[in-house]
Amino acid sequence: MIRSGGESKLILFGRRMFILSAAKAVVTLGIFVRLISLQINESKKYKTLSDKNRFREWKFSPPRGLINDYFGKEIASNKQVYQLHIIPENSENLEFLIFRLKSILHLSEKNISKIKKRIKSQKPWDPVIVSDNLTWSEFSRINLFLHDLQGAEPVVSVARLYTEPSSAHVIGYVSKASKKDLKTKDYLQNKIAAGTRVGKTGLENRLDSEVIGDVGYKRYEVNAYGKRIKEISVNPGRPGANFRTTLDLDVQKLAAKLMENKSGSVCVMDIYTGDIITMVSSPIFDSNKFVHGINQKDWNGLIKHRDKPLINKAVAGLYPPGSTIKTLSAISALENDTSNPKTIIHCKGYIDFYGEKYHCWKKKGHGYLDMREGIKQSCDIYFYEVARKLGIDRLSETAKQFGLGKPVLKDFIEERSGVVPNTEWKKKYIGKNWYLGETLHAGIGQGYWQTSPLQLCLMTAQIANGGYKIKPRIILNEEDKQSFKDLDIFIADKKLFSDDTASLYEFIEKFKYKSLFKNPENIKFVQDALFAATNEPMGTSYRSRLTKEGFTFAGKTGTSQVRRFTERQRELEVKNEDLPYEQRDHALFVAFAPYKEPRYSISVVVEHGGSGSKSAAPIAKQVIKKVIEKHQLRESIRTSGFTTDNV
Amino acid sequence: MFRTGSIQSHLTLRDKIFSLDLTLLFSILILGIISFFAMYSTDSGEFSYHTKSHIVRFFVFFSLFIVVSFLQINFWYNSSTLIYLGVLFLLVLVKFFGLSSSGSQRWLNLFFINLQPSELMKVGLILFLAKYYHRISSADVNRLKFLLTPLLALLFPVILVLTQPDLGTAFLIAAGGVVVIWLAGVKMKFFAYLGIVFLSVAPVAISFLKPYQKSRILTFLDPSRDPLGSGYQITQSKIAIGSGGLFGKGFLNGSQSYLDYLPEKHTDFIFTLFSEEFGFFGSSLILGLYIIITWRVASIGNMIRNAFGKLYCYSFATAFFGYVAVNMGMVLGLIPIVGAPLPILSYGGSSMMAIMFGLGLAMSFKIHKDQLVG
Repeated sequence: MIRSGGESKLILFGRRMFILSAAKAVVTLGIFVRLISLQINESKKYKTLSDKNRFREWKFSPPRGLINDYFGKEIASNKQVYQLHIIPENSENLEFLIFRLKSILHLSEKNISKIKKRIKSQKPWDPVIVSDNLTWSEFSRINLFLHDLQGAEPVVSVARLYTEPSSAHVIGYVSKASKKDLKTKDYLQNKIAAGTRVGKTGLENRLDSEVIGDVGYKRYEVNAYGKRIKEISVNPGRPGANFRTTLDLDVQKLAAKLMENKSGSVCVMDIYTGDIITMVSSPIFDSNKFVHGINQKDWNGLIKHRDKPLINKAVAGLYPPGSTIKTLSAISALENDTSNPKTIIHCKGYIDFYGEKYHCWKKKGHGYLDMREGIKQSCDIYFYEVARKLGIDRLSETAKQFGLGKPVLKDFIEERSGVVPNTEWKKKYIGKNWYLGETLHAGIGQGYWQTSPLQLCLMTAQIANGGYKIKPRIILNEEDKQSFKDLDIFIADKKLFSDDTASLYEFIEKFKYKSLFKNPENIKFVQDALFAATNEPMGTSYRSRLTKEGFTFAGKTGTSQVRRFTERQRELEVKNEDLPYEQRDHALFVAFAPYKEPRYSISVVVEHGGSGSKSAAPIAKQVIKKVIEKHQLRESIRTSGFTTDNV
Repeated sequence: MFRTGSIQSHLTLRDKIFSLDLTLLFSILILGIISFFAMYSTDSGEFSYHTKSHIVRFFVFFSLFIVVSFLQINFWYNSSTLIYLGVLFLLVLVKFFGLSSSGSQRWLNLFFINLQPSELMKVGLILFLAKYYHRISSADVNRLKFLLTPLLALLFPVILVLTQPDLGTAFLIAAGGVVVIWLAGVKMKFFAYLGIVFLSVAPVAISFLKPYQKSRILTFLDPSRDPLGSGYQITQSKIAIGSGGLFGKGFLNGSQSYLDYLPEKHTDFIFTLFSEEFGFFGSSLILGLYIIITWRVASIGNMIRNAFGKLYCYSFATAFFGYVAVNMGMVLGLIPIVGAPLPILSYGGSSMMAIMFGLGLAMSFKIHKDQLVG
């Protein structure tokens, strides 16, 4: 039985349906607008978000470039290391994993909290390095338990290796980038991955931007669970650039050995090319300890050591030059025509000036001597007189010309400028007027002088090469390949023209060497006096001479006072050896070799070593011998042209 | 007037074929074909389980659609109460013998198919109420006595489904029922009363919600609240749709779905996948097809001169649109995630069966529009 509707009923349905249809239209419009907003207006934003979902990047640091000596021997290289990384998101139970690793690797609580902090601070797929230098037994133990160490990844990687401890100071060391490094070193942007090491000192620091290489990465497409689906792109990065230095490892080793148990430095320089053949500071330290983070005990050992092993004394050790400055005092006096080399002065062991007594190192006095003898026997009285006539400002002018008072190289942040005193300097930095007595002390290299061994080496080089300004270098660049092609012609020509002033200037222009003298004879005079000091009886370094043909050298000793002798000590004739170590004088020696055709200059400083003739000159003698022995080999490399890339 | 309508049609098969609504038919077919590609993409470009079974189901239920539309309208009129009671019985069976999955008991294992009776109830309730209002006079519609039956007919299944629990389907069933009651002419004040009752019960009801349901509502209000938890689905779905841009990432190139960032990608989030791969044009096409289907079903309602057919077609068109709107609103982040499939496109046999049956009925009204009902 059905009651049929009737038209009015159907009309009501239609009316109400109309309202629903209007509602549907509104809803449809809403959905449509939303689609436009998501897929058209904001599409870019969501595309970025989608790509972020898809890709993950794993960065890895490339091996650092090698740093080699002149002959291609490795000074800083790389070795294989075993590491353990954790990828937090791969581990289902991170606490358990860390607990297990703690017992397997015997990690300390401090280590654990460091690792946990690290995990919190970075993305869950970025690896955290638990240990960057596992022993083989630790590494194999990890591999043994690997099945229940989900999220742990044993990794074979490369790390810096310093094979030659003698070069610790000049090479420097690397360690983890500090916050300060990241702030101050712009080149580090995009160069840091987990495990990247940054050069902190020495050449590692100087060459860091190129030696560090470019970070490589692997980009993966990952699914929602972080599982790698496929490799999208790989960039192997770029290993750091290799560098060749001017150093000679054999000489480095010998110098370090000779300086064993002594504090001080040895520098050797090519007097024409400016190549630094040796730069050794003693005591040495093990740069390798810094690569994986030095422990507190070792660090304290280095920091609290009496002889400050971390300091590169060749460039950062400052000493009064002592008698080695007499070479410049003489040149300055001759150039300025304030002294005549023929002038004879009587040394009776002391001299009185304005009521004060000035002593010669030789208590009995040297008797009568001219300037050549004054240099040869290193008479203080003679040079008091030279300095008095010359004046401090002229002396300081010459000293600056010869390279004192400013850094020799641009390569070492640790290099110090030192002090070349003069009246202006004293007024500015000490605030007092200059006293004449201070000029006397300055004339024999005592007082305010502060010079680094490398500066003294450069000074000697520029005397030895006849008074020409050179640009010392330690890193060989591509453009240096050809720079000394004509060196042999230069040396030959120089001999030929040295007596003819007009031709000499022409020749100087040709080779772009800047001369530091007015009259070449003045330089020659000092060279000859230095020869006498080493090779004639009564010379200060006569006992350290080399007599073999081609090995003879000329040098000047120096003693730089740590403190002044009291009158009482003078009377008691206290010997340096009897003083406490810290009060003993520093021993200095500068020389060039071979005498006839000079090619190398050397400076040796032995801190608290007493007199230069006793402790510094014998070391110089052996180093010079070695350098000259290797001369032919070195020359053959220079003339055949070296390469910097495939070292 | 009493009239025993014969089951046999006066129309020949040829007549029936010619009176098919071709726009509706082809819209369904096009959506079906699109769904094959979408499903193929959810299987990561392999012709495997989901794709195969979806294609089989589509053709099985498309045949059902044809069969239903060719059957006499009076047959459906007479059996509508039986259908409703049958589905209600199945819902009761689910309570006792249902299969559980992820904490809710929704399915009956019929061996050849895991049937989800709540999906069938979406159509069953509309059919039942349409017949009910066909039978009572418009004068009786607003009398309390005549309000009781529809209300109970609605509440029984809704409560059964709510307690499965299945918030989304319960809501869609209720909405379908309310639409019929509204169209039948029940006065606004009753809906106002109902609203007041609902609002006063809601706080109590919320306290009965499962934690995950609560968190879904909270997450909807602020998706960034917990981006890796409940907000994850909304966020990832929006990323997928948005990153599709104007033309999409291309077929099988939807990285969001391919890399498993999309949850439920072959069921509730199939629209997301399609939008990611085919962009704004793809999603507009789908939306357009659904609008056409809704419009066709409603138009059939306009042609029909009897209350049963008109009410059914209007209600089903509205309910169908509601399913689409709820699903799209959900994946577009406009409404909370409630768990509602997208008609025809989503994987799922019961939903497909219910929708095809419902559309078949509408087609049957079209074919038999000149026949008297009752």
